[in-house]
Amino acid sequence: MRPDRAASVPALSATTSTATEAARSTPTIGSPPAVSVEGVSKSFRLPHEQYSTLKQRMLHPRRSRSFSELHALRDVSFDVAQGEFFGIVGRNGSGKSTLLKCLAGIYGADSGRIDVHGRLSPFIELGVGFHPELSARDNVTINAIMLGLTRKQAAERFDEIIAFAELEEFVDLKLKNYSSGMSVRLGFAVAIQVDADVLLVDEVLAVGDASFQQKCFDEFDRMKAEGRTIVFVTHDMDAVRRFCDRALLLERGEMLNIGEPDAIATKYSEINFGVVGEDGPAGRPGLPRTRVARAWCETAAGPAAETARDTFTIGRGESCAACMEVEFVDAVEDPVFSITFRNDVRHTIYVARSDFDAPTGSFAAGERATVRFSFPNWLAHSTYTLTPAVMTADSRIVLDQRVDAVTLRVETNRITGGVADLPTEVEVERG
Amino acid sequence: MSASAQAVETAHTRGPSALGGDFRRAMSLTWTLAVTDFKLRYFGSVLGYFWTLMRPLMLFGVLYFVFTKVFSIGEAVEHYPVYLLTSIVLFTYFSETTSGGVQCLMNRENLLRKMHFPRIAIPISVSLSALFNLGLNLIAVLVFAIASGVEPRLSWLQFPVLVLALTVFAIGFAMLLSVLYVRFRDIQPIWDVVLQITFYGSPVLYVIGMLPDSIQREMLAGNPLATILTQMRHAVIDSSAPTAAEMIGDPTRLLIPSGLIVVVFCLGLWVFTREAPRIAENL
Repeated sequence: MRPDRAASVPALSATTSTATEAARSTPTIGSPPAVSVEGVSKSFRLPHEQYSTLKQRMLHPRRSRSFSELHALRDVSFDVAQGEFFGIVGRNGSGKSTLLKCLAGIYGADSGRIDVHGRLSPFIELGVGFHPELSARDNVTINAIMLGLTRKQAAERFDEIIAFAELEEFVDLKLKNYSSGMSVRLGFAVAIQVDADVLLVDEVLAVGDASFQQKCFDEFDRMKAEGRTIVFVTHDMDAVRRFCDRALLLERGEMLNIGEPDAIATKYSEINFGVVGEDGPAGRPGLPRTRVARAWCETAAGPAAETARDTFTIGRGESCAACMEVEFVDAVEDPVFSITFRNDVRHTIYVARSDFDAPTGSFAAGERATVRFSFPNWLAHSTYTLTPAVMTADSRIVLDQRVDAVTLRVETNRITGGVADLPTEVEVERG
Repeated sequence: MSASAQAVETAHTRGPSALGGDFRRAMSLTWTLAVTDFKLRYFGSVLGYFWTLMRPLMLFGVLYFVFTKVFSIGEAVEHYPVYLLTSIVLFTYFSETTSGGVQCLMNRENLLRKMHFPRIAIPISVSLSALFNLGLNLIAVLVFAIASGVEPRLSWLQFPVLVLALTVFAIGFAMLLSVLYVRFRDIQPIWDVVLQITFYGSPVLYVIGMLPDSIQREMLAGNPLATILTQMRHAVIDSSAPTAAEMIGDPTRLLIPSGLIVVVFCLGLWVFTREAPRIAENL
């Protein structure tokens, strides 16, 4: 996918000026937020003994009904500006779907207040109410009506929906014979026809091929330009970085962080992989405490161009160095240093590591070290994330790592389709 | 917001309501759910309609044989086969609406957890779908009645009113049972037994006049189905048959079964409305 997309998305835009149809809605300062969430909490009761039948209730009328409470959301407050593309991220069970359901009005909140300015899309998933036994034709009509279109509107927009989903040949096929990707396409094509000012989307990108995803995001861009607001729940940090104006990170129902998508994505990776950030080294019992303090990239001329925080850009063939600074809280013997390069689809492209060279020697408690991996840059044009790590001498145990600490952009004018772009001489012999 | 797309300010903290929101959308949603359900039933198999019709017809066939040839109850009743078929069809409608209502929320779990809409659309759509079925079955009943020599009369106009009363009664149960089922899973077998008792406890196989005098009035007062079927017999099948008012003794006493219908409906609506915001999370 085109790495330049992210740059075209304004970083934080309560004031996106891309509204082409000024008549519809221009997000301006002073206009009320599209979604305003104030101190929302939600908990679920989990009964210890499940009396799910009337018989049991009759037999034990006075047995205490003890339950534990699961706090799915605790005091969550945020505003989403009109025309904003707002991401909600978090691990499984962090409460993000619950939050989305509260926003949609599917769950009632225990306390707090949710205000939505404008018409809200009533659904949170694509293809709600699709029936496998019915044809795509019937399903589109039914789904469109469920999402709030009238029968007439559904009929008028039918061709447009099918064309967008690129399923013209399959309109009369039963949905059970569709692949999961195809039904998601159909669901998405219907969903975008809904006249809502605020769209709620849960994991839209899980299925669907790359080109359709691109189409979806083009569509989101168009909606944004119309001043529509999109609230988007995902695990996909790549999508968050590329499309969200702001993001919210939830962890165990609490707001951990809200702000720039890059910062949120980094933070998410940290909590996901149990990595210590600013909090200090983990210090697992029996292991020396070590900390990757920071990481960056250099070129031969000095520090590489830092286009955003922790994002460096280099060109093809430049000699460059991936660097990390390590702090040894306890003494460590022959640690192994490594930096893993992953591309935008999370494939590991290259691992620079120290254990094939001479042992690194012993480091005393309190010592700091800078490790530099220099290499000529023959990586292909793409965006890479770098994960620096310190391991034990046998490289079996990771003492500390910072997942995706650095983003490296390789910018060239050569899109080759490969992951490496090696120096190549081309000879064509005729005859 | 432009003038045409008027800004809508919504605050929702309580969860989805049973009724609230866009009425038109709720109606079209209800209609769509019912039509889809109906379509699936009939287009799923080529003989879909045939089988739906066969069920009451088979039941009718068996009961007709037993009660005219074995026990010869039917001989005392004018147009007994027509009465039997009509009452079976009406009872089937009642039982389909109510027992369909029991699991309706569970069956639409996906919709309830993924979409915001007035929750009442689901039980109403179940009864609507049963109503479509009733319509189809009544075609068969009509053909049979005419063929048996029952003559169309002006009092047939009472029939839709009786069906309406039956519908209100059945929807009341459907609403009540659907939310109860979310909490208590044994509502299903319990309701099956209740329906079984109601079948024999209502004048489906017999007419009310065959009962001992002492319990005729009690049955009519306590069981709105009995009242509806008795009045139906008078209005549709045999004008010489007693009306419900005559059977219950005093026309004002008809207020008791009517009141029961209203009470069941209101109770169902109240319980459903109360539970609606939490249905999605309790499923």
